[in-house]
Amino acid sequence: MPGIQNTWANRVTDRGMLYFFLLPTFAFLLFLIVFPLVWSLYLSFCNYSANTANPPVFIGVKNYSFLFQQKDVWERFVATGEFVLLAVIFEFILGFGIAMLLNREFYGKRVLTTLFILPMMFSPVVVGKFFRFMLDTNWGIVNYILGALFGIPKIAWTTSYEYAIYSLVITDVWIWTPFIVLLSLAGLSSVPRYLYEAADVDRASGWFKFRYITLPYVAPVLTLALLFRTMDAFRFFDVIYVLTEGGPGYSTQLIPYYIYIYKLAFSYWHTGRSCALAYILLIIVIALSNIYINYLNRVRRA
Amino acid sequence: MNEFQRRKAKNRVIVVVLLVILVVYFFPIYWMFSTATKSKAEAFSFPPKWIWKPQFNNFRDIFFTGTGGALGRVRGIEVESKPSAFARQFTNSIIVSFISTILATFLGALSGYVFSRMTVRGKDDLLFVILSSRMLPPVVVAIPLVIMCRALGLFDTRGGLIIMYTAFNLAFSVWMMISFIDDIPKEYEEVALVDGYSRFQAFFKFVFPEMRVGMAATAIFNLVMTWNEFTFALLLTGENARTAIPGIAQSLGTAGVNWGQIAAGSFLMVIPVVIFTFLLGDNLVRGFTFGAIKE
Repeated sequence: MPGIQNTWANRVTDRGMLYFFLLPTFAFLLFLIVFPLVWSLYLSFCNYSANTANPPVFIGVKNYSFLFQQKDVWERFVATGEFVLLAVIFEFILGFGIAMLLNREFYGKRVLTTLFILPMMFSPVVVGKFFRFMLDTNWGIVNYILGALFGIPKIAWTTSYEYAIYSLVITDVWIWTPFIVLLSLAGLSSVPRYLYEAADVDRASGWFKFRYITLPYVAPVLTLALLFRTMDAFRFFDVIYVLTEGGPGYSTQLIPYYIYIYKLAFSYWHTGRSCALAYILLIIVIALSNIYINYLNRVRRA
Repeated sequence: MNEFQRRKAKNRVIVVVLLVILVVYFFPIYWMFSTATKSKAEAFSFPPKWIWKPQFNNFRDIFFTGTGGALGRVRGIEVESKPSAFARQFTNSIIVSFISTILATFLGALSGYVFSRMTVRGKDDLLFVILSSRMLPPVVVAIPLVIMCRALGLFDTRGGLIIMYTAFNLAFSVWMMISFIDDIPKEYEEVALVDGYSRFQAFFKFVFPEMRVGMAATAIFNLVMTWNEFTFALLLTGENARTAIPGIAQSLGTAGVNWGQIAAGSFLMVIPVVIFTFLLGDNLVRGFTFGAIKE
């Protein structure tokens, strides 16, 4: 046969190819993700500081029991929950609303949609940094506009106990509303048009169409969005780092920041203890994702 | 007005509403650009200046010390003009994100093909492990990774960052590539197999060229993720290998700082992302759901 010679490439078996193609991927994942995970699980049961020469000393579940007794840790979890709830609610209302508006044919739809998607592709650090500039109490543009248009007195967005958490919510909503827009649009475009036409023939109300046609089709996608957003919120670190730096006091030290935190791991060097807290976080994330995935499967089967 | 005209009018109103929302929504980006092109006095003027003469000094100054100081760095008097810390960080960002993107996309394509076409024992479990490695909050592995990097001499090197990013982008790349390869008809390589090619040859000769679009989309996602990454870049680097994003993060955020330069640096980091997002087009949803939703 022309072109096919008995070269080494021709002698590679399917099995050989399988190993050759999978090996690099699994080597990377094993060394850089699985191994660190196991190691940090071990460290979470040890008394250990990474900045000293002393080897880890196994102390059982003491790190965990210590953490559960800390009022501080509970407060951080409550603050994290509060943040997630507020951010996700606003993102869903705004995102789904914009998607409903975008879900029609008009000239320039693609460009407009892509523009709405943009902010979530930006670096959260850049966005957070810039929101800090705009939210500054004295010379920030936000306070200026609020004052000029509505006569609202200056608000200490990033530096007061009252508002710091909202400055994080605002920034997160700005970054992630596009994600809900994107997924809602995908869900909305999957609704067969003839269902609406049939409903029109029956003179169904707008609410009826939304509740019994739109919502069932969009629900699985929105669930997926909720899953991603909630799990992402537990990685919410960069914006805190640039926007409020966890302050004032401890008020915006949400769990991810509290761990990296600097206060536990990279400032005070309670390495073992912070590994334990990281594992508690990991268990929460795994549990959450399982709840959502189960729900998603149920909706899909129905 | 008949039904058709009524709908058309309603559509027009909605598009106008959308444009208004967009203007409000994009205000921060406009303000970033305006701050970057104002002089320092204009940027801090109160009430804010709505009309100003654009100047692009900030975009030049962030790359050189001596002309106005490096981004966020107060260095006293420096007469000699030389590349600033930001110039080095920006170069690092480009090198690290491009190399790790190419690696992750290529390796992901290979594994994606195997998972899409061949029988692998425990396939579902393996794929789940791969996916969860992406879901994992970086906090959980950050501590041991920092210790590992220090022990292996990879701390504060571009190589260390490239390896890290390749690993974290691989999970995503595998899932994305599976979803794309599933779309390529099996007949491509089956015909080649009948002709006497090995599967290995058939893959590179016939399937690989068909994967161009999928690999491009995957690569863009990897590129944007790496370009924007903060946590590992912050924890695994010091002076030498630091990338631009932690560089911007650490420029001090007080009134004394030259926000014009920070805005200029931020703007430079955002521009490529805008271009790439437009290039992605229909593949955005697919990327953000790990290939679960195709449009």
